[in-house]
Amino acid sequence: MADVSPPLGLLAELTYRCPLHCAYCSNPVNLAAYRDELSTEQWADVFTQARELGVLQLHLSGGEPLARPDLRELVEHAHGLGLYLNLVTAALSLTEAAAAALAAAGLDHVQISVQDADPVSANAIAGVRGHDRKLAAAGAVKRLGLPLTANVVLHRGNLDRIAEIIDLAEAMGADRLELANTQYYGWGLLNRDVLMPSRQQLDRAQRVAAAARERLAEKMTIVYIVADYHADRPKPCMNGWGSRQLTVSPNGEVLPCPVAAVIDDLNPENVLRSSLKQIWYASESFNRFRGTAWMPEPCQSCPQKEIDFGGCRCQAYQLTGDAAATDPVCGLSPNRGLVDAALAAAADAGPAPAPAQWATRISPRRMPRAGTVGE
Amino acid sequence: MAAITAESRPRLRPGVRLVFDATRGTRVLLYPEGVLVPNETAAEVLARCDGAASVARISAQLAEEYDGVEPGDVLALLGRLAERRFIEVVDIEVVDVEAGTDREATDG
Repeated sequence: MADVSPPLGLLAELTYRCPLHCAYCSNPVNLAAYRDELSTEQWADVFTQARELGVLQLHLSGGEPLARPDLRELVEHAHGLGLYLNLVTAALSLTEAAAAALAAAGLDHVQISVQDADPVSANAIAGVRGHDRKLAAAGAVKRLGLPLTANVVLHRGNLDRIAEIIDLAEAMGADRLELANTQYYGWGLLNRDVLMPSRQQLDRAQRVAAAARERLAEKMTIVYIVADYHADRPKPCMNGWGSRQLTVSPNGEVLPCPVAAVIDDLNPENVLRSSLKQIWYASESFNRFRGTAWMPEPCQSCPQKEIDFGGCRCQAYQLTGDAAATDPVCGLSPNRGLVDAALAAAADAGPAPAPAQWATRISPRRMPRAGTVGE
Repeated sequence: MAAITAESRPRLRPGVRLVFDATRGTRVLLYPEGVLVPNETAAEVLARCDGAASVARISAQLAEEYDGVEPGDVLALLGRLAERRFIEVVDIEVVDVEAGTDREATDG
């Protein structure tokens, strides 16, 4: 088995509750299964264990982490442990007072999602009128002297406004801008046909982003995350399975990546039953795709196998039903045809329909309890 | 941001922290969404980026403790750290005069 180093980061998905309804959300589609969230004490214990395990970066995310009334308390505890604290938020309820309280408790950095540069479109994509409140929250974060990241998920409906989006991030005073093309998981996979951009849109966006990165180099770091369906080689997903980061879901499930629960036979462990250390080093789920021994051809003999790690296990599972298959995005995969077919289907779908026609995610509070729907 | 010179007074940017990590037995640089494990030289330089010491002074301090410290190398290293936006240069115009004058006089 591969040598396992301590994890660098923990993504704590405190809750999947969220006031937004973005169609590209990568949260699980079966949100109702995550209604029973860890308590304050249980999360605090997870953070303590994580720091002892070697975690340095804690990403407080969701859903909307501000939906947890104990967020300030959790920040205080995690800061006391020496963790670097990133808040990943939609920021609708991040008032001046809320931001100040979190900063005083030890928050290090805030990442605010923005849906578009045009307020009408932004509110339509989010399914809620929140754009102005996000901009106000960004101002509060900057006045507190905290570093700010603006995070924008790109898709067919907003890619053509990428220049305006970059201008907006600059006006917000963002120190970092993440321009992340949609990755198709969870609700995003359900909406793939309406979210998928054209190659022309992507080519233009990439040029605009590259020029802006150069122009704004001393002011704002721009991270551009490519659309992997349109690429010929897969993304180095998570820098390899179980290599640097772990995710804890609202209900305590521990996963090698935030969407790994889609792999039906993964059988993730839970912090309520095992220690984080045991799960990181010894669990079947974390060891399953570590290293390269598990790889089939064409990965096994590929010179790129230590560079892209065979791509994304979840994408392989979602598209082929086999989590160990080469990521079908790869031009060498025997299943690349599945990706090409998805691209063709999206191209045939014509211009992007209005967001009102997208399958929008709903909050787990509004869903029936797990076990009463579906299976 | 102005280029870094021997007279610049570098400091870690807001949101950037250099800490000792007991798990790995080394100093690590923490910043928004990332971790850097600096080599010993870089860590020693970063530890002295307090916004008060000039680059020339940082080089001189390092030369007292280590053999073979070249001011040009220190400057180049700081240039790379600034390019990656881990450090920034304190603009002398905005130094708080009341708090800063005496110290600058004695520190110079």
